[in-house]
Amino acid sequence: MTEQRYPPITELGMLSLGLIVAGGIYLSSHIPQHVPLAPAIALLVASTLVLIVNYVLLRRVRDFAWERFFQVGRWALLAYVITAGMIEYAFVRNHLTGGPLVILTLSLVIYALQVPTLIGFTVARYDTSDAAPPATGSH
Amino acid sequence: MILLIIGIAANQLWELTFLHVAFGAGWTIIDLFLGLVLGPIMGRMSIPARIEFTTRLMPKMVLIMPTVVTVALASGWQLSTKLGTNLSASPTHGWLVASFIVVGVMAIIALGLLEPANIAVLVELKKRRPNPQVIERLMKRFIYSAGIIGAMQVATLVIMTKVATG
Repeated sequence: MTEQRYPPITELGMLSLGLIVAGGIYLSSHIPQHVPLAPAIALLVASTLVLIVNYVLLRRVRDFAWERFFQVGRWALLAYVITAGMIEYAFVRNHLTGGPLVILTLSLVIYALQVPTLIGFTVARYDTSDAAPPATGSH
Repeated sequence: MILLIIGIAANQLWELTFLHVAFGAGWTIIDLFLGLVLGPIMGRMSIPARIEFTTRLMPKMVLIMPTVVTVALASGWQLSTKLGTNLSASPTHGWLVASFIVVGVMAIIALGLLEPANIAVLVELKKRRPNPQVIERLMKRFIYSAGIIGAMQVATLVIMTKVATG
């Protein structure tokens, strides 16, 4: 099976998720003490930058099943917005406030955008029938 | 999920322990079984048999796994809050942080590799003529991911038994 060469969308997506997970672990491991926010902010900013790079790289992909990507991606987005909302609700219910709440909320935004992107990308890159033209080259 | 909501709302030690142990064990066993038992078996099956098997397995997995994982994690966090083991003053706090790290790595693999492969297989199977090569490649990714997560579950078992025994 020949396959078109794609930028490392999955790898970068996992890196972006890894950075926000590291920030979440850092914050949760300090409960209930006061926690310096700088490391968590740095991880969040790095994760956001990786997400942006991922979208730029994805935007430049040629001969891609964009229709399939958006078809799957928007349903996945709906599902992950709901799960992110549930997690956010748990944070608020547990009286999380201030800087940690802002950082974790923004981390959830990254999560709710990144995972549907990975799902849509994986489905679209292997889509060989309806939307995509025949793949060329090798991986 | 209903059991989880009731368990968290009741906030009783036995209910939370039951949910966390039962669903945590289920998560571990499913991952290990997929990665170490079903994976090699599927590798030796004929392509049509693999597709037939995948067609029946994947729709169930896409429902079972998120449910099992959500119940195990949410009840675990509630249990640690009730017992105070997630507080930094707890003697087992280091082990809890280690479990956060293991779960974090498992979540990244699951969200980045396993679930996209699962959804992609389901989309391929819904086509009029599914491509066997695509399904085979994605299933390989799914099974390997499940195997890696299963191996990491062993680390979770070590940590959890350590936390439970103090």
